[in-house]
Amino acid sequence: MIRTVISLFRSDVNPADRVVPPSSYTANLTVLTAAAMAFLAVFALALSMASGRLADRWSDALARSATVRISAPPEQAEIQTQAVLEALKSTPGVASYRVLGDDEMKKLLNPWFGPDLPVETLPLPTLIELTETAQGMDAEGLRLRLAAEAPGAVLDDHTRWRRPLVEAAGRLRLLGGLSLLLIGGAMAGMITLAAQASLAANGQVIRTLRLVGARDTFIARAFERRFTIRGLLGAAAGTLIGMLAVAMLPSANAAGGFLTGLGFTGWGWLWPLILPPLAAVVSFWATRAAARHMLRGIR
Amino acid sequence: MIELQNVAVGYGGTDLLAEMTLKLVPGSFHFLTGPSGAGKTTFLKLCYAELLPSTGFIGLFGQDVRRMGRDDIARTRQRIGVVHQDCQFLDHLPVAENIALPLTVAGRHVDVGELKELINWVGLRAQSNALPPQLSGGERQRAALARAVMTSPEVILADEPTGNLDWEMSLRLLALLVELNKMGKTVVIATHDLNLIRQAKAQISARVLRIAGRRLHLAGADL
Repeated sequence: MIRTVISLFRSDVNPADRVVPPSSYTANLTVLTAAAMAFLAVFALALSMASGRLADRWSDALARSATVRISAPPEQAEIQTQAVLEALKSTPGVASYRVLGDDEMKKLLNPWFGPDLPVETLPLPTLIELTETAQGMDAEGLRLRLAAEAPGAVLDDHTRWRRPLVEAAGRLRLLGGLSLLLIGGAMAGMITLAAQASLAANGQVIRTLRLVGARDTFIARAFERRFTIRGLLGAAAGTLIGMLAVAMLPSANAAGGFLTGLGFTGWGWLWPLILPPLAAVVSFWATRAAARHMLRGIR
Repeated sequence: MIELQNVAVGYGGTDLLAEMTLKLVPGSFHFLTGPSGAGKTTFLKLCYAELLPSTGFIGLFGQDVRRMGRDDIARTRQRIGVVHQDCQFLDHLPVAENIALPLTVAGRHVDVGELKELINWVGLRAQSNALPPQLSGGERQRAALARAVMTSPEVILADEPTGNLDWEMSLRLLALLVELNKMGKTVVIATHDLNLIRQAKAQISARVLRIAGRRLHLAGADL
């Protein structure tokens, strides 16, 4: 069994594969290309997955909370606040709510106005922070109700903040996916060139094989197998090194920023493992296309 | 077996060979002569479908060569053993593997006993593990002949097989081809060596074809 698996990786063991001369620089180039591309693909994949997580996190965090701002004349403020609290109490999907105190308002304004702000002397609106249940609330319905019962109250469910953030994260994810496609395309192109160079260098071998009765399939297969195995091994090495590099990045918890969150989590570590077989498939088809193209010119 | 009817072939609009008609019957022995550049190699290439005729019909084992797909051509070449002028070996493979090549590419089992027997028959036992570049001219020609007959083909086409050989070696190679013909194989030898042809005609019944003036003529009486 072990010998069979090893023989699969040693193209010189199979008599049909031995018809192609042993390793040339093009074969080594294929290994190097596959390794480099797989290494880059691991990072593109990590970027794509980190963006996905970021989009989910931002979306989730902002989607569950909302704020009601009450801007009313001083004599109306208390009445409208009570009206809003009553409305929230009976609104399905609202898990909790609370009026922000002066200290919290001060903390919110601190970055803009400094620590010595006399909050009590300013005509600040009343803020009510609310948290939604997992099922969520009917924001439009609540808005209509507030408009009727507390005209000075405005519900802000953070949609206008959330949307661009989530869109940005989604685009980052898209860029990651696009990078993966470009890397795959570049790898296919480079392996095609390497295969073409190898086929051209072995032109006399191919002509001889045709003359002794070899079918195109036989000749193409000898090259396909060689390049597929090289692509697989190269990509496996590149993936492994890429995964180690990603694993060595600073932990997401250390700084909490996006860049430090670049990496894989949990089952996500399995995703890069599809890169070597994918590289093998790309190598196989790129070599097949190059071989068929070359063989058309030989009778 | 191999049939040419009014065949012409040319390069760049000029006919190199024209009005060629010939039918190779099983078990026949033909010599193809003519001055250098007359088109002997081109004629042989037509016979194993490396070249297509400009006009006329070529039938290989009953198939119109123009209608043959690439796989058909490959299969047909497994029935035609060709000894090329420059032998055309895979230099990275030992002689024995080169001789077995037609079986390898056909996906057929290589009987080691038969392979050894064939290598002994052409007198290359000591060289069976050598690489082709290590062989002398005569050894290369004999290895090429062994490769050509490996699949027990019905037709053997030899292009100047004695071109680089001394007389003694030429006779040895001729003896092998005559032996194959006696086994029922159809043999066509392209050569300009008239002494070789006379030597063969003393042993077997051989037709001599001559390419001259772009056409194929039946010769022989003058040899």
